[in-house]
Parts: sequence; C-alpha cells; structure tokens
Amino acid sequence: MLIFEQFLNGLQYGMTLFLMAAGLTLVFGVMGLINLAHGSLYMIGAFACAAVAQATGSFWLGVGASLAAAAAAGALIELAVIRRLYHRDHLDQVLATFALILIASEGTRWVFGSFPLYLSLPPSLSGTVSLGGLVYPSFRLAVIGLGLAIAVFLFWLMRGTRLGIRIRAGEADREMIGALGVDIRSLYTVVFALGAGLAGLAGALVGAVQSVQVGMGEPVLILAFVVIVIGGIGSIGGALAGALLVGMTDTLGRALLPAALATIMPQASATAVAASLASMLVYILMAAVLVWRPTGLFGVRG
Amino acid sequence: MRYTLTLAMAALLAAPAMADPIKVGMITTLSGGGAGLGVDTRDGFDLAMKLAGDAAVDITVITEDDQQKPDVAVQIADRMIQSEEVDILTGIVWSNLAMAVVPAAVQQGKFYLSTNAAPSALAGAQCHEDYFSLSYQNDNFHEAAGQAATDAGYENMVIMAPNYPAGKDALTGFKRFYEGEVASEIFTQVGQTDYAAEIAQIRDADADAVFFFLPGGMGISFLKQYSGSGVTTPLIGPAFSFSQDILPAAGDAALGIRNTASWSPDLDNEANKTFVDAFKAEYGRLPSVYAAQGYDTANLILSAVATADIADRDAFRDALMAADFPTVRGKFRFGPNRHPIQDLYLREVVRLDDGTLTNRIVDTAMTDRGDAYAADCTN
Repeated sequence: MLIFEQFLNGLQYGMTLFLMAAGLTLVFGVMGLINLAHGSLYMIGAFACAAVAQATGSFWLGVGASLAAAAAAGALIELAVIRRLYHRDHLDQVLATFALILIASEGTRWVFGSFPLYLSLPPSLSGTVSLGGLVYPSFRLAVIGLGLAIAVFLFWLMRGTRLGIRIRAGEADREMIGALGVDIRSLYTVVFALGAGLAGLAGALVGAVQSVQVGMGEPVLILAFVVIVIGGIGSIGGALAGALLVGMTDTLGRALLPAALATIMPQASATAVAASLASMLVYILMAAVLVWRPTGLFGVRG
Repeated sequence: MRYTLTLAMAALLAAPAMADPIKVGMITTLSGGGAGLGVDTRDGFDLAMKLAGDAAVDITVITEDDQQKPDVAVQIADRMIQSEEVDILTGIVWSNLAMAVVPAAVQQGKFYLSTNAAPSALAGAQCHEDYFSLSYQNDNFHEAAGQAATDAGYENMVIMAPNYPAGKDALTGFKRFYEGEVASEIFTQVGQTDYAAEIAQIRDADADAVFFFLPGGMGISFLKQYSGSGVTTPLIGPAFSFSQDILPAAGDAALGIRNTASWSPDLDNEANKTFVDAFKAEYGRLPSVYAAQGYDTANLILSAVATADIADRDAFRDALMAADFPTVRGKFRFGPNRHPIQDLYLREVVRLDDGTLTNRIVDTAMTDRGDAYAADCTN
C-alpha cells in the first residue's frame, strides 16, 4: 500500500513538473529561446492568485487571474525584451532573462512586501478521498487530472488547430513561413504568452500547497530544464514523459533508497548516503538518458 | 577665544559620559526570498535606537543588503571595516554567511554581535573574545524541542530536517535531550517543495509525534501539505517554521502546533510589552523572534555605550559581557563563550480575536540553558 501511495505521489509530482515544463519546452522548442525567467512567470501567477483570492475570497477567480496576469506579463516581456533576442546567441538570452528574474523578484517584493503570502486551497480540494483503503489528498488527484487535461489540450492545439500547424512550421523553418505570409512576430508573442500562462497556472495551483514567496520559481525551473532535456527539447510528449520520469525517480528514490540501503549498510550511514544519493538521482537519470539518446527521449534536433 | 575653546575641549574630554561616536555596520538580507528575516532584524534594531532617543545620538547605523550570498556579505564587511571604519558589525541571519564574515571581522579588531546565526564552530574552538551571540547557539531551539518531546512522554518519533549542515545539527541537537526511540530519520532536500513522499512515510511509521526543522518556505510547504494529508500525528519543531514572518502565510495549517523559542510576543515582562506595542505601532505588524533579537542587540549596544568608551576595548568588552540591558526575554546573561544563558519556551500557535495568528507560551522547556560547546571555548 505504501508503495502504491508513493507511486501516486511520483505521478502527481511528475504532473506538477509537467505544468511547468510544457510552457518552457514550447518556448525553447519553437522559438529557440532559453528563457530563465520562466520561473518568474510561475511566481507572478502564484502572487496574482494569492492577491485576488485574498481580495475576493474566491480561489477560482484567483486561478483565472493567475493565468491572465502571467500571460499578460509574458506578452509584455516578449514585446519589450525577448523580441530583440531571437537572433542573438544563447549567452545573450541567458544574460537578459537572468536580468528579468532579478527585476521580477525585486518588483514583486516592492509590491507585495518581503513576507510570504497566504494562499490556501478551496474547501472542495482541501480534503482527502479514500481510494480502496488509501486516504489520499484530493488536491493531489486534481493535479494529476489537470496535468492530463493540459497535456490533451496541448496535443490538440499542436496537432489539430491552425495555430498549432503554424507553430510547428515556425519550429521547422521560421524564414519560410514568414515568406508564406504568416505574421511570425505576433505568432511568437502568442506562443510566449501561452507558455507564460501555463507557468502562471502552475504557480497558482502549486502555490496553494507551497510557499508563495519571492524566488519560489527558481528551484522548480532547474527541474523543469532537466525535464525538457530528458524529454527532448520542443516536444510536448517528451515533456510529459520526462516529467513523469523525473517525478517518479525523485519520489521513489526519496521513499525507497533509505530502506534499500539499510539492508547493505548500517542504518545511520544508510540514511545519510540515501539522502545524498536521492538528491543526485534525477541528474544521474538525465546523464544516463543523454548518453543513450543525446537529443532526449523524443528529441529530433541535434 | 582660544582659551575658552581649549577649556571646552578639556571639559568634553573630562566628561565621563561623553563617549566617542560609534559606527555600527548592519549586514542583513533585504532582498530575495529570505528578505523577511532581515527586514525584521533591521526593524527591531532600528526601533530600539529610535526609542532610545538622545542616548543613541552618538551611534550611526549603516545598513546593507547581503542578498543572502556569502561573497556579497564578505565584500560589504570588507568595505565597512576598511572605508567606513565601523566599530561593530551585526545583523547576519544565515550561518554560512556568518562563517564567511565573523572570523575575519574579529581578527581585524571589530566587535561582532550576532542577531541570529550562531554556528557551533564559533561557539566552541573558534570562539573569539569580540564575538557575542545575542540570539542563541544554533542547537538551542532543537534541544528545547527534544526536552519538550521527552516531557510530553513521546516514546517513538519521526525526525526530519534538510540534508545540509544546519539540518544535521538540528537532529543532533534534538536527540541530545530526547530520550525516546527514533522511528525514522528523514533527510529532505534543500529547497524541496513537494513533501508527499515524506508524509507517506510519516503515515506509515505510526509514531507518537514528528519533530521537523524546515526553515523558510520549506516549512510553509510542508505544513500546508501535511494539514491536507489527513495524517494526524502531532508535530513539534523549532520556532523557525512558526515565527511571525511565516504564520500569516501558513494560515490554519500551523494552528495548534507546538514549537520552541527563547522569546514569545506574550512573554510577560515590561520590556517586552513596550517592544511589542511599539513595534506594532511603528510597522503595523507583530514582531517575529528575529525582530526581538535585533531589538535586544541594539539595547545591548546602548547599554555598553552608556558605561564604557569603545576606544577602551577591554572596558567596552566588559560592558557588553555584563549584558545589563532591559531584555525582552525577561532575563539574559552571557555564558563563558559569550553565548546566551537563557530560558527556552514551548509555545503554541493560536488565533487571536482579530484573526491574527501568533504564538502563546504553554510551558518553559528549559531553564538557564547555555550550550553544548562552551567547554571547547578557551579564547
């Protein structure tokens, strides 16, 4: 039963990572842009949700606000900064988007102060459900459901809509679709705002069970990069597979390693070794995947 | 004219209470995710200086933001020591920053008064006559939690902390006074945001209680997820996850949880009432334990300045050591390694009538507690 619960936990954590990684891989894959400020958009989403939920008393209005605020911030950033970076090399992009992190963090601190904000789940999500003898938080089930819904939505968007066709065409050859009369500049703004909105949504939902504070986006950002590197850059399916792999590996590693190592070494050193090993596990996984498939699981680019 | 001037100067020099002006350099965290702690430290310190009125007229305080980065803290300290020529440094919140700044500062003949961080190395073999901790020794709150767990009759506990030096010290400190069995020892990752795996282990362990040390945002995340998990094993921990800077964000998830500290807003003494009321009036919020420690540090400086001239380092050091100031903790003195000997309290998170979450003292966990490293301090 414990193993099953940990398996669900891994699935849930993977979905959380997917919410973050989907937007990132969209922007990275389509526009070839390394956006370190993706974590800041996640933070903006969480703060918008907390502020609106506090003012109106409705968590769901807050979620809507987070989506809108992050997408708007994304569009603004794209128009003001990112647009100038497409033809520059990756180092310039890293530098500029890192500056955006600092600006977003201190700007948020200006507006909301230095202390973490209050954001809690609505009553409909804060209870537990019984799954055949296992008591599981309903919030975590909702995250799994939402992750799946977003994955389906993105697959439909990319495969079944005109916008998706244009995005994929832009990914393949951006000069050519420009020559065919597609307004590539506004297409990129839309893609960036979409990625930002997804990050903001993730921030609102995950922020409800985490600490809504300045800098909350950075730890998740690092894992999101690991996810898209494992999955293959630019692939939504890859992001989903990578996120689930990372979520499972991390959760099961933390849960099972201490007991597993205790069978071959004394308890005290097993705890210490397991803790260190568990924190390295996702990076070992990433290295192994890259040795086996240098472009990631679903990657096509060299 | 010249005669009167000379006379005036002679009078100035002769006046016993007329000390040299003093410069205090405050290095603390004012930006980024950890800014709340530094802001409270600074606000508590500034409040004491403001309330002191004329007594603080000769004290200049320069405040700078260390961004929670050791290299930045070292740069600021160098600048404050070399160009600004400060006499006293203070304000660092984090132990890794303190380890980077304190030894070099005291080597260069500056006093360092810690408002928070007090790593074991600086309490033991590397202690220095010009380094004072006004807060605690890092292990103290954990030791008090261990004692409180023993007093509560817990016999089988899960203990949990992040996998870094302060986390390991926390578990060591807890076990120093906890007499029951440890069902499971869990190390989490620094900056971890999801605690589902750990909560499942806690549920599975079926222990009497859980001790946890997860400072800052990690604690908020854990508390929110724990309260929604349906697991009912009681929690106990050091005050860091239940401080006034954290409670509004944790909300009901923290309600009723017992935690340990050297101070509480409801501590019944005159100095504390003055402090809490003045802090509320000045900043519109309740003070945290960091604010209380900053306030006490400023008052210690004021008390030393009133009795000794900083030019006479030995006299000034003795004046600091005397710790003759109105502490918000009711009583306070320094042990031989210039770390506090003080009472540690068991507190409980309660909701006031106006909806604010805060702490209330339920018991005294330890009386006149010093620290485990004093014997190693020979300087």
